[in-house]
Amino acid sequence: MNKIFEIPLYSYQRSDDQDASSPVRHPVVVIGAGPVGLAAAIDLAQQGVGVVVLDDNDKVSFGSRAICFSKRTLEIADRLGLGDPLVDKGVQWNLGKVFFDDRKVYEFNLLPEEGHKRPAFINLQQYYFEEYMVQRVRDLQEQGAPIEIRGRNKVSAIGTHDDHVTLEIDTPEGSYNLEADWLIACDGAGSPTRQMLGLDFVGRVFEDNFLIADVIMEADFPTERWFWFDPPFNKGQSALLHKQPDGVWRIDLQLGWDIDKEREKRPENVIPRIREMLGEDVKFELEWVSIYTFQCRRMEKFRHGRVIFAGDAAHQVSPFGARGANSGLQDTDNLCWKLKLVLDGQADESLLDTYDVERIHGADENILNSSRSTDFITPKSEMSRVLRDAVLDLSEQYEFARPLVNSGRLSLPCTYEGSPLNSADALNGPERSAPGSPCPDAPLGDGYLLPQLADRFTLLTINADAPDSFEEAGITVHRLALSTQDDKTRALRERYLGDNDSAVYLIRPDQHVAARRPSFDDSQFRAALRRAIGKEHSA
Amino acid sequence: MNHQDQLILTPNIDRADDFYADLLSAHEGLSKPESDALNARLVLVLANHIGDRDVLKQALAAAALNKGE
Ligand SMILES: Cc1cc2nc3c(=O)[nH]c(=O)nc-3n(C[C@H](O)[C@H](O)[C@H](O)COP(=O)(O)OP(=O)(O)OC[C@H]3O[C@@H](n4cnc5c(N)ncnc54)[C@H](O)[C@@H]3O)c2cc1C
Repeated sequence: MNKIFEIPLYSYQRSDDQDASSPVRHPVVVIGAGPVGLAAAIDLAQQGVGVVVLDDNDKVSFGSRAICFSKRTLEIADRLGLGDPLVDKGVQWNLGKVFFDDRKVYEFNLLPEEGHKRPAFINLQQYYFEEYMVQRVRDLQEQGAPIEIRGRNKVSAIGTHDDHVTLEIDTPEGSYNLEADWLIACDGAGSPTRQMLGLDFVGRVFEDNFLIADVIMEADFPTERWFWFDPPFNKGQSALLHKQPDGVWRIDLQLGWDIDKEREKRPENVIPRIREMLGEDVKFELEWVSIYTFQCRRMEKFRHGRVIFAGDAAHQVSPFGARGANSGLQDTDNLCWKLKLVLDGQADESLLDTYDVERIHGADENILNSSRSTDFITPKSEMSRVLRDAVLDLSEQYEFARPLVNSGRLSLPCTYEGSPLNSADALNGPERSAPGSPCPDAPLGDGYLLPQLADRFTLLTINADAPDSFEEAGITVHRLALSTQDDKTRALRERYLGDNDSAVYLIRPDQHVAARRPSFDDSQFRAALRRAIGKEHSA
Repeated sequence: MNHQDQLILTPNIDRADDFYADLLSAHEGLSKPESDALNARLVLVLANHIGDRDVLKQALAAAALNKGE
């Protein structure tokens, strides 16, 4: 049977653009049909923006790659119309076990907070994630949305101009040229776009190799996450065991930097290690083995005129904490509504500089978190190893040490604290919903709050009066009127009111809070809206 | 900064000689790596007891013997 990642999903087809007498201009061209490029394209197409995705391949990601998708990613996926298939197929787990040397030191139950539509995260092979995205593109096409994926279209040259970008594209039938008002480069960690434009990719560099093995187990094995520090079968390194759908298990073995990759990959070297890891009597089959090399770094700026970088092309992190694809989806979530306003002439180009500000903040947070995990998992000095081992030894007996154990922190959405788009916080409310924060979900009648907040500016009122809508700077803001009388679980109160009796929130199309006050104030909220689209600069 | 946020750097241990003897005897018979591990665990246990990040920062600075800070 062929694997999904071996079947072309967007085969090469000749486009009319290849026969045009002069290069055709598109509003947006996306390079790369990975999870990030596809998210950008779906987001824009849903808003009616014409978008062409170019990829030099014609298949989904080879091998499973990313397997942990966070709640925020699922919430964004809901907005993109593909949350359900992801969650239906994905695996959920709550129990984690931590091993040190040859023994289990403790286990934990994640017990995620109640009252959210989506789980804290799911495990799912990246190829499924991408397959569902391609399916969503097909559905949008059927509905007449202006979106195209062009397989085996390799971008080979880029020309930048003040108000557009030119592209040279190689196909199996020769090359052609295109123009784009805006180019979004989602062409992965090795980003040819970055190289063609001669741009930097700097930062603190960690280098490490991981052996990734997907195994199929015959026996019933529990749906848990197991993490080993310094295990006997991988001395001085770490190991991770994680469940995926279809009875497939992901095994990550950290190998260090100075290794013989070809030798490590051979089944006669891999199988004994896995046997030692799982126990002698567990039967398994090796499905896929690969070695990955990771680095932690980012571009100095993500926006370069009309070229905007997103996903791995803009930043790369170590795999601990599953931040690659998850942060890439937050990039496009942040970018697409801004780009739409700019394309419609409702905001100035400078609004896109706030994509830089907000997402560089996000990238730095991710790099910081994954660097800290790396420092814990692979201590860099003798004393850092002594301290790390002390934490692990203590964690076996004392609860206090367990929060210090760092085998990768769950990827939480970034709060755009201090963003120029935020208005000063005028509500002494819960910190988790302060300006810049992604809105926390809450139960709402038979459904949930977040789906009500997507894709446009919303005025969320809780126990407060306000007009049903207002228009400012050409943008209509619609009100969502809620009351704590319907708040049976008290989640709305806890997450949005705190000790206040009422509150009014201005919420961005990407579900981040722009402003909040105890009650509606016409001029304050008009100013907040102008500020949120980059048209008001004083705080 | 109120009183509780302030690292105590004046004598505060009751019967200091006894405590010091306890500390030495905890290390008695241990190899250097075992002693290092014990010290590390002790630091973590004490740090958790203190908990307050401001006090911990002051403690780190005090232990570094950076005069004039
Ligand atoms: C082993 C492993 C485990 C991981 N685990 C996780 C995890 O659990 N959670 C998580 O969030 N992330 C994880 N990641 C990271 C995640 O896989 C990446 O962050 C994610 O794939 C990045 O998506 P992207 O769309 O930016 O780039 P990519 O997926 O790399 O896609 C780039 C695309 O650009 C195309 N392209 C490149 N050059 C050109 C060109 N010249 N012309 C046209 N097209 C081009 C490529 O064909 C490719 O399709 C993991 C990665 C690995 C390797």
